Amino acid sequence: MSPRLTLATAGRILTQVRHDPRTIVLLLVVPALLVGLIAWIFDDTPVFDEVGPAMLGLFPFIVMFLVTSITTLRERRSGTLERLLALPLGKGDLIGGYALAFGLLATLQALVAVAWAVWVCGLSVEGEVWLLVVVAVVNGLLGTMLGLLASAFAANEFQVVQFMPLVVAPQVLLGGIFLARDEMPDVLHAISDWLPLSYSVDALSLVSSESDATGDVLLDLLVVGVFALGALVLAALTLRRRTR
Amino acid sequence: MVNYSEAVVATGLVIRRGRVEVLHGIDVHVPSGQIVGLLGPSGSGKTTLMRTIVGAQRITAGEVRVLGRPAGERSLRSAVGYMSQSPAIYDDLTVEQNLDYFRRVLRAPRADVARVIQEVGLGEVATRMVANLSGGQRSRVSLGIALLGTPRLLVLDEPTVGLDPALRQELWELFRRLADSGATLLVSSHVMDEARRCDRLLLVRDGRIVADDTPSGLLTATGATDHDDAFLRIIAHETEAAA
Repeated sequence: MSPRLTLATAGRILTQVRHDPRTIVLLLVVPALLVGLIAWIFDDTPVFDEVGPAMLGLFPFIVMFLVTSITTLRERRSGTLERLLALPLGKGDLIGGYALAFGLLATLQALVAVAWAVWVCGLSVEGEVWLLVVVAVVNGLLGTMLGLLASAFAANEFQVVQFMPLVVAPQVLLGGIFLARDEMPDVLHAISDWLPLSYSVDALSLVSSESDATGDVLLDLLVVGVFALGALVLAALTLRRRTR
Repeated sequence: MVNYSEAVVATGLVIRRGRVEVLHGIDVHVPSGQIVGLLGPSGSGKTTLMRTIVGAQRITAGEVRVLGRPAGERSLRSAVGYMSQSPAIYDDLTVEQNLDYFRRVLRAPRADVARVIQEVGLGEVATRMVANLSGGQRSRVSLGIALLGTPRLLVLDEPTVGLDPALRQELWELFRRLADSGATLLVSSHVMDEARRCDRLLLVRDGRIVADDTPSGLLTATGATDHDDAFLRIIAHETEAAA
């Protein structure tokens, strides 16, 4: 792995995205729009303050999962992946390049969504606002890594889009957004302990409801980070220089 | 002793992909500094052989040595230029941006981008998005990437397919210049007409090498008037021998 090649790869991916302004606008505006919609629906109720923070973690996760899985699938199908792996490019450079490029996009997206939620929609945050942004970015990175991994198991774009409900929906349902996890049936609670999004949701609600929970939040983030790292290692294993 | 006059030497090469055996224990010799044409019908194993030489295909049995080292070895990755059959390029980048990214990966000099654009004749579309180019232009972008870093061995899978005769002529002149400057080229084609432009020909059929000769040697040996005819005669001869 070399920093130069990782940066070159990240730069190439960002240039590709830059040539597609509509995607950039969608990426930056859609999460904020949806957060605004939820705030509006639950106007005059305490619901937005309860689910709003979780939404800020959910959107980067979903969007980055989709964007990465489709981009890497295209890379596999167009032959550029095979070409790159036949050149002096490390697998780490490729994955690192994706993480860097989409991490940057996730950061921009999180900044827009958090600013909108807090300052326009009036989301009440007891803890540090920047922590919300950090959790959102880490979620975006988790989505990127899972997207890289998912693309290895999809033969085409239709399949990769189907992976989204498969990977995302159970995590949303079991993550504690609809019902606190400790009120769920024991089996489901046990399963939710093994889903990374549960820890993100926990971190986000801690930031918004408590003023001095930074330590616990970072611990949650560590767990999400470990999941992302695990997905990264598995994704690296799916990149083979030689086909059988 | 290692024979450096051979850019590629394969001995007893067997490739099995899934349950299908694609190459059945073939021997291949590609002499250094020559243009070797790899000819044969589609599905005969040309692409598989090329992918094996560039290290993208796992070897089932046998040995492949490229520039004196085992195929696919790390040090070969910048010494071998490969152009696959379908253009492996980024549609959502311009021609220059495509070349510049691969140039960085190869750690080739910055000036290579301009040199390659000129060599493959894409000067007028250098700043255009690849998605908006014609099929022939796209395949020349892919060829240009293979030329970056001045590799010692070029493995080109059907580089002239879909090009008009004038462009084909130009590219073959480029291939000749590259060979004259010391590079070795392995070029596949199923257009027999291109055979006469090669120094040596390898005829592949059903995963076996059925002829390995110079273009004129092949005509003499078969008594044929053109390479299409020569190929047909060899196949007829093979079928007879098998019967």
